Formats: sequence, C-alpha cells, structure tokens
Amino acid sequence: MSVRPRFDPNRAARHRRARIGMVVFQLATLVGIVVLMALLYNIINNAFGLAAIEYRIYPATLGLDLETLPQTPRERLLEILETHLSPGLRRSLERTRPLTQRSNEELAALVLERVLQPKVLDTWPLVPSLLHTQDIVAEVHARFPQAEVRWVRWLNTRFLTRPQSSDPLRAGVRTAILGSLWLVAITAATALPLGVAAAIYLEEYARKDRWYNRLIQVNINNLAGVPSIIYGILGLAIFVRALEPLTSGAVFGAVAEGVTANGRTVLSGGLTLGLLVLPIVIINAQEALRAVPNSLREAAYALGATKWQVVWHHVLPEALPGIMTGTILALSRALGETAPLVVVGASTFITFDPVHPFSKFTALPIQIYQWTARPQPVFRNLAAAASLTLLLLLFLSNGIAVYIRHRARQRRLV
Amino acid sequence: MAQTLSPVDLRRRPRRREGLIQVLLLASGLLSILVTLGIVYELVKGAMGFFTRPLWEDTNKPLAADVAPSDTVLPVRPEGAAIPEGAIIRVDEEIMRVQRAEETALQVERGLRGTQPAAHPAGVDIFLEDRVSLWEFFTGIRWIPQAGEFGILPLVNATFIVSAIAMLVALPLGLAIAIYLSEYASPRVNNVLKPLLEILAGVPTVVYGYFALTFVTPLLRRLLGPDVVDIYNMASAGIVVGILVTPLVASMSEDALRAVPRSLREAAYALGATKLETALQVVVPAAFSGLAAAFIVAVSRAIGETMIVALAAGAGPNFTFNPFEAAETMTGHIVRISGGDLSYDSIDYNSIFAIGLVLFLITLVLNTLSQRIVARFREVYE
Amino acid sequence: MTETPAVELRNLNVYYGSFHAVRDVTLAFPKNKVTAIIGPSGCGKSTVLRAINRMNDLIPNARIEGEVIFEGKNIYDPDVDPVEVRRRIGMVFQKPNPFPKSIYENVAWGVRINGFRGTKRELDDIVEEALRAAALWDEVKDKLHQNALALSGGQQQRLCIARAIAVKPEIILMDEPASALDPIATLRIEDLMRDLVQNYTIIVVTHNMQQAARVSDYTAFFSTDESRTGFLVEFGPTAQIFTNPKDPRTEAYITGRFG
Repeated sequence: MSVRPRFDPNRAARHRRARIGMVVFQLATLVGIVVLMALLYNIINNAFGLAAIEYRIYPATLGLDLETLPQTPRERLLEILETHLSPGLRRSLERTRPLTQRSNEELAALVLERVLQPKVLDTWPLVPSLLHTQDIVAEVHARFPQAEVRWVRWLNTRFLTRPQSSDPLRAGVRTAILGSLWLVAITAATALPLGVAAAIYLEEYARKDRWYNRLIQVNINNLAGVPSIIYGILGLAIFVRALEPLTSGAVFGAVAEGVTANGRTVLSGGLTLGLLVLPIVIINAQEALRAVPNSLREAAYALGATKWQVVWHHVLPEALPGIMTGTILALSRALGETAPLVVVGASTFITFDPVHPFSKFTALPIQIYQWTARPQPVFRNLAAAASLTLLLLLFLSNGIAVYIRHRARQRRLV
Repeated sequence: MAQTLSPVDLRRRPRRREGLIQVLLLASGLLSILVTLGIVYELVKGAMGFFTRPLWEDTNKPLAADVAPSDTVLPVRPEGAAIPEGAIIRVDEEIMRVQRAEETALQVERGLRGTQPAAHPAGVDIFLEDRVSLWEFFTGIRWIPQAGEFGILPLVNATFIVSAIAMLVALPLGLAIAIYLSEYASPRVNNVLKPLLEILAGVPTVVYGYFALTFVTPLLRRLLGPDVVDIYNMASAGIVVGILVTPLVASMSEDALRAVPRSLREAAYALGATKLETALQVVVPAAFSGLAAAFIVAVSRAIGETMIVALAAGAGPNFTFNPFEAAETMTGHIVRISGGDLSYDSIDYNSIFAIGLVLFLITLVLNTLSQRIVARFREVYE
Repeated sequence: MTETPAVELRNLNVYYGSFHAVRDVTLAFPKNKVTAIIGPSGCGKSTVLRAINRMNDLIPNARIEGEVIFEGKNIYDPDVDPVEVRRRIGMVFQKPNPFPKSIYENVAWGVRINGFRGTKRELDDIVEEALRAAALWDEVKDKLHQNALALSGGQQQRLCIARAIAVKPEIILMDEPASALDPIATLRIEDLMRDLVQNYTIIVVTHNMQQAARVSDYTAFFSTDESRTGFLVEFGPTAQIFTNPKDPRTEAYITGRFG
C-alpha cells in the first residue's frame, strides 16, 4: 500500500516566501539601527543651532566682540563697568573684591552678566539652522526686531565647566558631572569588593547542594530584575532616613554650616546605586570566575595550597580582566541611572560642587531630567547638550571596558 | 649528629585565617539576602503606614453652638455628611468617639488618643476619620490624594497600557532581530550588529525619555494630528519603552535560538526545508520556552521602567484606555511625588511605599516565572 | 554494473577555508543497493556524504569543486535548487535528532513543507506507511501525539528514518546512524537498512567494519594523506573488498594493521 504523496511542484512560491522572510528580518534589524541613528541625530540636532538673543545693551554699540570678550583691553572693560553699572551694584562688587584686582576673565564675565545681559528668545535645531538660515533670520527680524541671531553651541567648554544656573546661556553641568563622578566612586567602592567577595563565595566556596546557597543564587538573580525605582525607595527609607546620622555626616561632625543635606547626600545616593548594581557585579564576576579553567585550580591544590591561596594567587588574577570589564559595565549602568536618585532626593538646583560624601548633590541624568521637564524650549537644548555629555562619558567608560577585555585576550594568545 | 626527622604529621591543622575568610565571603553573599529582606520590610512597613494612617475627611457639618470642655453632647447642624455611631471624629485638634448620633446632636467620648478636651466655638467643621481600605486601593478608579481618594487602578492601568504598547513594538522587532542574528547573519555582520545593539541597550533611560518627548511625540502628532495626540501621551512613552527593551528581547531570544542544537536545523534542511521554514517551524518552536522567558523579562522591565514614562507619559493619574492621552504610571507617580520636597510625615510619602510594594510584587512574579522557564528550557537541551 | 548509478561523484574536491578536506573523488553509487563508506577517522567520510545532498552549503566557509551527478544533472549547477536536492536525497544523522514535536508531527512536517496537497486521511496514511517502513509503527501507534523526545534512542533514530522516508526521497544518506545506539538497537537499524534497500538507494558512513560487512552491498574505502586530506582508495563489492582487496592500504586497514 504505497501512498504517493501529491507534492506541489511550485517551489518558486516557497522560495519567494523565504526571501520575503529574510527581507523582513533584515528590515527589523535595520529599524533597530535607524532608531539608534534617530536618537543620536535628535540629540545632536538639539545641542547646536541658531538662537535669537536679545541684549539689554548690544555688544556692537559698545564696540565689543562676544567671541573675544576676555581679550578686550582691561581699561575698556573697567570703563564699561564704570559707566554701565548702577552705583549701588558697583559699590557692593567693590566691597567683595576691588574690580581692579580682578582678572580679565572675571571682568569679562561681569560685563556679560551685568551689562550686556543676553536673553534667549527662541532657538532652532541644527538641521533647520543649516538649511533655512535666511528664513530663520527673516522670521527673527519679524518677531523680535531687537534681537540678534547667533550660532550657539550648547555643548561647549563653558557648559562643561560652569555650575548650574537659571540663565540658559550661563548654565553648565560641572556640578552634575562632579556629582556623577562622586556617585560612581562611592558605588564602585561598595559594590566592587562586596560583589567580588559574594561571587568568590558562590563560585569557589559554596556547595551547590545546600539550600541556603541556592537561595542566595536565586535571590541574586531576582534582585537583578527589581526595578531601579524600588532601590530608590529602599535608599530613601534606609540611607536617607534610618541611617541619617551616618549619611548626613552628623556623627562625624563633618558637616559645615549651611551645606547640610540631612540624609540626602551624595553618600546616600552612591550607596543606593551600590545596592542597585551589586547583583549585576556579582553575576558578571561569577561568569569571569567560571571562565577560569579548573586545571589551574588543580595545579595549585596539587602543590599544597590552601583554598584561599588558590583563589587569591591564581583564580582571582586570572579572572580579573573579566571582573573589571563586568564591573565597568555595571558602573556605566549606575552612571545613567536617574529614577533612584530622584527618589533618594538628588537636589535639582545646586550651584556648588560636592566636596565630601556628605554634600548635597546633583548628577548628569538628574540634570537632563530636570531640563527636559522644564516647559521653556530653550532648556531642551541644554538637556540635549547634557545628554551628549553623558553619552560621551558612557562611551568612554565602555571603551575602557572593551579595551581591558581585548588586552586580556591578546595576552592569553601570546 | 644525625637528627631524627620528626614523623610525618598529617593531622588536620586549624587554619583560622582560612575560616575567617570563608565567613567574610559568606557574609557578602548573605548581604544580598539582607537587601531583599530590607526591600520587603521597608515596603511592607511603609505600606502598612499607608493603610493605617488616619485621613481626616471634612464632613462639612459644623457645630451648631459653642461647646465647653466638659460637654459630652455636641449640638450640630443638620447639613453635611452623616456621621455614623462608633466613628472617630476630630474637632479642631481634639479627637472624640461618637457614641450616639442624631440629626442635630452627637453624644461623644472626648479627649481620645492623648488629646485634651477643649472649648470649641460654633461653626467649626467636624472631621471624620477615614482610612484607605485595601478594597478602595485595589478597586478605586481615582487617585486624588488631596481628596483622600487612593484607587491604584488608574496607575496600574496606565502601566499596563504603556507596557502593552512597548511589547507590541519589542516582541516582533526583538524576535525578528534575534532570528536574523542567529539564523541569517554571517559572523562578520554579527560582529558589527551586536555592538550596535549593545549601544542601544546602554543608552540611559533618561535620554530615551528625552527622545520620546522631543522626537517621537512630535512625530506622532504630525502623523495623527495634534487633536488626536496629546503632548504627553502613553503611546509615545510605550513606543520608546519598547525600543528600550528591544535589545533585551533580541539578545535573550538570540541566546534561546542559538541553544537549539544544530542537528535539528540539519534535520529540517535534509528534508528539503527552506531557511525560513526551518527558522519559523523548527527553530522557533524548539526555542519557545526560552523566547517566552525573554518576553516575560521584557514585560517586567517595561513595567518597572520609570524615566521614559515620567518625561513623556504625563503627570497626573488618569483612568483612560486611550493611548494618545496623558496618564501617569505607577513608576511615574513615585518619581513625581518624591521629586518634590517630600515630607516624611505625609500620606504621599506613605503612598510611595504602597505603590512600590505592588510594583515589586508584579515584577517579582514575572521574574520568578521567567527564571523557572529558563531553568526548564536548559534541562531540555543539556 | 550496466545500470545507471543512483548518484555519481566526479573529481569531487571539498575545502573548508584553506583546508583541503577531500580530493579527487570519482565514484558511482549503484541504485537500490547499500553502499558503505569506511575509513579511518578524519578521512572525510562524512564530508563526502554531506556533499551528496549539499548539506555542506550550510557550513560557512565550505567550498566544492567537481561534480555530483544526480538524475543526469550536476547538483552543484547554479540553476539547481538545493532545497529540492535535499528532498530527493534524504539524510539520517549520527545522533538521533527528532524535532521537539509529537511523533506524528515529526513525520508529517517534511511532507507538509514540501507542498503536500491532500486530505488529513492521506497524510495519516503517509505517516503510517513511513512508520511501518521504519519498523516503528507497532511501538508508537498508540502514542502518535506524544512528544518524540520521550522515545528511546533507538526508537528516535528509527523515527528519524521514518521522517526521511516520508518525503519519498530516492536516496537516503546515513551518517553513522547506529553509533549512538546500543547493540540491540543497532541490529534493528541494520535490519531496517536491508529492508529499505528494496525501494531506496542507501549510502551509509560507518566506522564499524563488521557493520559495513553485514549491511552493505558495496564498500568504498577512504584514507588520508600526509596533509590530512581524504581520498578514495578503493571501491568495489563488499565481499571483494573484505576478502580480496586490491590495494594494500585497504588490506592493512581491514586486517586491523592500521587505523
């Protein structure tokens, strides 16, 4: 009883479907790349462009050039300040420090802030600024006859070195960058040793058949999936409130008058992020330890080494590049985290640098969040500039991680 | 002078340093348990505070006449909300229990909970004690703290709508990318694409939030019309959350697809299957549980995602099913409430913990489920 | 051997990247016979086998030179569809690799994707016929819809054979089909090969010389040269190869002096 199956001879249709399938998969991948491009485009587009700016006194009327303001002759700057500052203001400035003792840069800044007083009326993104320059200039002349159209690089060295300010032309991210660096340092100082120790315990010491060791492992995997904002709530309850005497620095007597932040310090923020990345550090370090060949351990044991000697002298050095790479990636995650810091109480507007663990703080992502949430469009440009800064920092740290991994591989090959 | 060698000593020697190190390492491992316990303890404690905290609701029923500290009957006006017997009320600072209630008079026990009986002038409103009940919390469709209404449904609803939109984006996109990477792309193409996906996965969520608000929302408004799409809307946030979790779906799915043994693909090819037939009808079904796990983890990530929704989905709870309207998610609400100057002794502070507990439990269930599935999946192929 | 061969290799060379895996194989496999390919490990037995139904296409840097003539056509001609080649030249692998689907689906799937147009009944019949031909029907007829992974290793391998026959190939390639099985299961597979050869041409790679002697009508002996490239030493009727080899190298291998 042989049944002859009736096969459809039309293989062309099957091949056509196969080709369409492949094109669909390729397109999906392309969409991913396009989105990444759109994201970068959107940020760069908003970080540079034309702006309509109005001055109380236009620089041209004083014969000043904004680009080279600090190079203006000193006498000229003093003269401008003499003539254009109200006597009251001048007296109070002189009281703080006589004008003649101030540097050219400081005088130029004073001229800009107190005399020229630029104000951004409207801004345009990079691409329209390049393509429709004439239209924009015409539009500005129609809408704001007084205003001047200028190219603004929202991301510039002044932006990176100035503290936060409510004036978009003077606002910078220096405080935020320093805050982020403090946070990452505290996070690294807590999560790295604790995470590596836990990983060593789980990989080298723990007997997998014991229920408590399995519990620890399952628990770590679960912690890695807890939303970051929950860590924020934990940080708020424990570091900010319960441990306030510690995290505010009160018990160390380290708090200067007026700088006190209660528990809402950079220390609380860093510890919170430390808990957040701890499971990631542990999991990455475990993987690095697992990659160390067993023959290495056996060779060391065979020489009569104790367990710790094996781990400390052989396993750990071998796994170190992997651990470092994993840790840097985890710290990159901490660098970009926003939600837990908002909950822990990062300050949104501080103009002084964090100087010790008990300082109030802000961070780059917080700054981006704040500026994006502002209704005035000009702050979106600042958010874009800050985003670009953050992305560059992340790129740098990930580059270091990739380099370490690469070098470790090279060394192994030699 | 031949010295006799001491006999070989094979006895166990105490190694205190080794023991101490092991204890320290174990302690680091246990810290993670402590963190979990800390999370659960703080969330539950805060949530208990939320549910036991008295809310004083204005009954709009004023005293009809002056009351002296020794009076036990309060003359009241008939207007305002009814006050039941046994209720706890507050007049000015003083707390009392109502023993008998009539339309124009309340018989009360005075000076409860450490407050002192005091004189109260006519016209002062009576406040009725209320608590957030679990029933109200889980079934209420309004979250208006100022009015003492705490129904979590609008927040949960917005969270689920945003997550659903996110998964509509991330599931097909992530799965298609995974199939492309594992079944089609050459190692060279893979070496280019995977770092790109990693970059996409490494972009901070706040930057995605900026992208949603300044790029996707204007795009949606231009495509569908500004009357249809609000400036803050769930659709834009959902799409971008979807983009955020796409690399996660793609890389977990790719792992699952790669775990399918080569021999299965070869069997399919040897029967005369095309590449597409092999991929969709053999490899994908064989990797199904791994793909399901990836999907569940992605849902959990989407539900817990905060900054994108905080920036793009809108501020203010709104019970709506229209994805183009603004609505606040659980995470968005927590961030907005705690972003302001939060007083530790306020219902707002406590509400963060109640919402956080719900959020934690949802994601915990999803993550546990996904891990179970992955563990089972591994057994099949090992 | 006046009959036209089932498939014929002409000056076949296979390269993996820069590695020359197999050189200059010219060999005609007779129709409706079992041909065994034997030789020391690494001599390119499996490589040759996989060249016959273009499975080597799936290995990224594999390259083929020469011709494989099937039905009067070189299957490596650009206008030949490898998908159709593989339908008509089926394959059974070293380790049983059933799909993680039901027993029924394992057999029916190949039929379906190859554009089967027929009723459910007809499909049932095809599945039953294939399972009977693979001597598996009696063992699984009551559990056709259970997962195939629940079967024993030997049963799984027979299921893979049933799966291959269901799409009605002309040739079945078997790559050490019994190497992962116990002796009893091996015996059943060998019996099955003798049954199947009535309707099919079978080419089997084996490292087991007793097996080659037991099941095959013809035997091809492969060896390797100093640069580990495989080549054909001798081909002939099995009886002749095992009793009266022409090439001293074959004799050395058969008598166990080498390999």
